Amino acid sequence: MSSFHEVIRKNESSILAGWLAEMASSNRRSDLMSDAELRQQATELLRLVTNAAETSTDPMSEAFSSTRDYLKDIAKSRMEQGFSPAETALFILSLKQPVFNALRDTAGISPTKLVTEILTAGTVLDRLAVETVNNAVEFRDLVISRQQEEMLELSTPVVKLWEGVLALPLIGTLDSARTQVVMESLLSAIVETNSQIAIIDITGVPTVDTLVAQHLIKTITAARLMGADCYLSGIRPAIAQTIVHLGIDLVDVQTKAKLADAFALALTRLGKTVVNAKQVAKSTNKREEA
Amino acid sequence: MDRIPILKMGDCLLVTIQVDMHDQLAVSLQEDLTDQIAKHAARGVLIDISSLEIVDSFIGRMLANIAAMSRVLDAQTVLTGMQPAVAITLVELGMTLPGIRTALNVERGMELLRGYIQKDDELQENDGSEE
Repeated sequence: MSSFHEVIRKNESSILAGWLAEMASSNRRSDLMSDAELRQQATELLRLVTNAAETSTDPMSEAFSSTRDYLKDIAKSRMEQGFSPAETALFILSLKQPVFNALRDTAGISPTKLVTEILTAGTVLDRLAVETVNNAVEFRDLVISRQQEEMLELSTPVVKLWEGVLALPLIGTLDSARTQVVMESLLSAIVETNSQIAIIDITGVPTVDTLVAQHLIKTITAARLMGADCYLSGIRPAIAQTIVHLGIDLVDVQTKAKLADAFALALTRLGKTVVNAKQVAKSTNKREEA
Repeated sequence: MDRIPILKMGDCLLVTIQVDMHDQLAVSLQEDLTDQIAKHAARGVLIDISSLEIVDSFIGRMLANIAAMSRVLDAQTVLTGMQPAVAITLVELGMTLPGIRTALNVERGMELLRGYIQKDDELQENDGSEE
């Protein structure tokens, strides 16, 4: 009796040729991958599948572990090369046609045996294709979450405006996870730079709801506990209206409309003023003349 | 049993908490500190918690209590050097310590304390001259 893995083994070169032809007609992306590389991957995969199918027909079993590992590598490299998950799955699925053809052309096979073998081979290849799509999507998710983390770090810069004055310009929507990062980076910057005043600027925050406001109040309270004053600036008129309509209590928080106003207040608190250099020079000259 | 040392600096008392606080230690600090304030007629209390890394709601409440007791005994309390993690924890616990004054480090805390004592003295002098 000839099982499908034996048939594959016997007709390896013709199946491989059929597979490559199938791919060339359906979903070949020669712009992303060379023929030689594709042929090499196909040969290796066919060998692994044939070896594994000798001992088991369950693609999730131990026998198929090297096949699954190889598919994981393929999925990863395909994603990096810019293939879509569907194109990656079609790479496996287009093996079905040549295998079925080879089974059909096998001499002396009974119709019952033929149907059973086609079903088994079909199931194995389908499961492997699903597994590959799964791998591809997982890999893509990994990329997305890494990008999210990077964005989170990039989006919360703490800048030093003056000796003892920090500013935290917030851009984008504030959620709980981001506020946590904002809070931690602000508080550690306060310790590092030994600053007594921190200005949180929310010009770039599109909406302020009760949750965002609560997060901001928490950050400001934590900064106060550490001994730094926190001002809130960049409150747009629309946001001021929302805050009042929502009944958010910002009585304990020093607020200013513009970052410039908050900075001026910070300088005043530090006992510093900004003067016009030319006028100062003139007045000292006059005094010297007198 | 260990106790937290209370140092006298002029008319201020200096407490630096350098070990992890447990409940019994907090209670004994509270007793010792009130005794010392009364004994030396201290005008200010500076509590440095820069080495404190773990707080719970009990320690938070104890800090608030110490501040309130000092106020009753006419001494200002300044809490200095709170770590970011501690500040976040206290805020998450809902303990915003509204009556306590804070400073970034001991130096600033001392400045703040001297400022308050001076202001107090001036007020009292003005009151005296009116009579």
